[in-house]
Amino acid sequence: MRRIEFEGKERMNRLEKIVKVILTILGLISIFTTIGIIFSLFEETLMFFKEVSIVEFLTGTKWTPLLEPTHFGVLPLVAGTMLIVVIAAFISIPIGLGSAIYLSEYAPKKVRKILKPVLEVLAGVPSIVYGYFALTAITPFIRNIFPETSVYNALSAGIAVGIMTIPLVSSMSEDAMMAVPDSLRNGAYALGATKLEVTKDVVIPTAMSSIVASFILAISRAIGETMIVAMAAGSTPKLTFNPLESIQTMTGYIVQISMGDVPYGSLAYKTLFAVGTLLFLMTFTLNVISRYFVRKYRRAY
Amino acid sequence: MNSEELRRLKRRKMLNSIMHVIFLACTLFGVVVLAILMLDILRKGIPWLSLDFLKNFPSRFPRKSGIYPALLGSLWVILLTALIAFPVGVGTAIYLEEYAEDNKFTEFIKLNIANLAGVPSIIYGMLGLAVFVRLFSMGRTILAAAFTMAILILPIIIISSQEAIKSVPSSLKQASYALGTTKWQTVTGVILPYALPGILTGSILAVSRALGEAAPLIVVGALAYVSFIPKGPLDQFTVLPIQIFNWAGMPKKEFQDIAAAGIIVLLVILLGVNSVAIILRNKYQIRMKD
Repeated sequence: MRRIEFEGKERMNRLEKIVKVILTILGLISIFTTIGIIFSLFEETLMFFKEVSIVEFLTGTKWTPLLEPTHFGVLPLVAGTMLIVVIAAFISIPIGLGSAIYLSEYAPKKVRKILKPVLEVLAGVPSIVYGYFALTAITPFIRNIFPETSVYNALSAGIAVGIMTIPLVSSMSEDAMMAVPDSLRNGAYALGATKLEVTKDVVIPTAMSSIVASFILAISRAIGETMIVAMAAGSTPKLTFNPLESIQTMTGYIVQISMGDVPYGSLAYKTLFAVGTLLFLMTFTLNVISRYFVRKYRRAY
Repeated sequence: MNSEELRRLKRRKMLNSIMHVIFLACTLFGVVVLAILMLDILRKGIPWLSLDFLKNFPSRFPRKSGIYPALLGSLWVILLTALIAFPVGVGTAIYLEEYAEDNKFTEFIKLNIANLAGVPSIIYGMLGLAVFVRLFSMGRTILAAAFTMAILILPIIIISSQEAIKSVPSSLKQASYALGTTKWQTVTGVILPYALPGILTGSILAVSRALGEAAPLIVVGALAYVSFIPKGPLDQFTVLPIQIFNWAGMPKKEFQDIAAAGIIVLLVILLGVNSVAIILRNKYQIRMKD
């Protein structure tokens, strides 16, 4: 009887050790993923820079990798991406912040309970659906007002990206504002402040760093957004600030090349990874900055 | 109070009311856009919806077009994705919450996971192309797509599972340990049963995100036109969002409306999947009250 129990314990301890090893390996998978991303992006990118100088890539103003004479200046793609980001930010930041303020400060509990899930649904709609909406509803609407607009244009895609990122700004900012202690609000009310004054002079300054973090995250999301721009923004890389023209973003280029038949190892194949690396570095930097702001807020409270 | 002060007070109150309306309008903007978007898609897509649409292959002729291969492709990819991502994600969460020591390395893993959650999905496509399609020579198959998607949704599953595991009251864990159980017995006997609804909710939401993703699979190499039914994980494939993308890009107006019909099918599937998550969440909340 005693022996059996002893053996059982022995077996259990062995199982315990095996489980721990397996779980540790699973925990390491996320690190392998990061290594995999960096390795797969940088390897081809280095090969690319053996054929094209990094200076031409970063400062060139012409992007014609598939047409003779070839030019590999990435700036038109970056400009296209920025145009989308700026248009999207003009929509997502004010509207997202406005709805965060309403949901956190003004809305009665019942109204909040109904509206919040709707915004969550908006966040759950796949980006392909927004892309379709941009192409078949927003673009015709814009063309009614400005008939000279191209079928594919930055404005329509930018608006759709902005709509898509509203829930991100609003839910993150709302969480930050809800976390502001009521004692601060009540202090201001006791001095006779209106709700608006409490919001703009007490709640928002207190939650400011998390709110800024949500803006930066929305910008990062807009840079990486792919299907909307692939469907609605066009595929003509150009240095322009006219939102009614067809442009191309970094992500749009990656999709265009991936849809076609690009032979493995060709220069065009390598451009994919060079552009991908730039995209990765840009979003990564923004995400790190965003997290720095969130941390700053946490330290204060 | 003199008249000057009264006027100022009135102005402050009015400003508050005006801004109240503006903030409400901001919130309603999302609701209105959602309504317009849904109505627009239903109006265009419903006339094309039929049983044949679900059973047919894509075709040059709008009337004969269907989404059968894309539907099956999506199901294949999503099932394999869930099969890969769920155990790995939950295992990682258990490791981080219960086994890992509280040191710099664990901090680093957590930071790394947070970083991965912010990487654009198309970058995961490039990872999939370089690692699964080329390095592991899986080719442009369902299997490579599923691995890519699994890696993409892993951070979401890990983070939501961690939250669920954190919510297990420590009194329950201590009671289990007091009975002389090992860590693994406590994990499987106490922690997982308690946290499972939360873990499932998060995982289902992650899977539903993967269902709507197109960008990474375009890079991995889903086909634009599929004229066969995928029979196994090593077949080539397309998925619903990519089929929709293709139709939407065609010049004929009819195909754009067929794309809307495809979107309806995709949204109905997403709605079904999400309802399961919501039902689980509600069940969980009721149990919490007991």
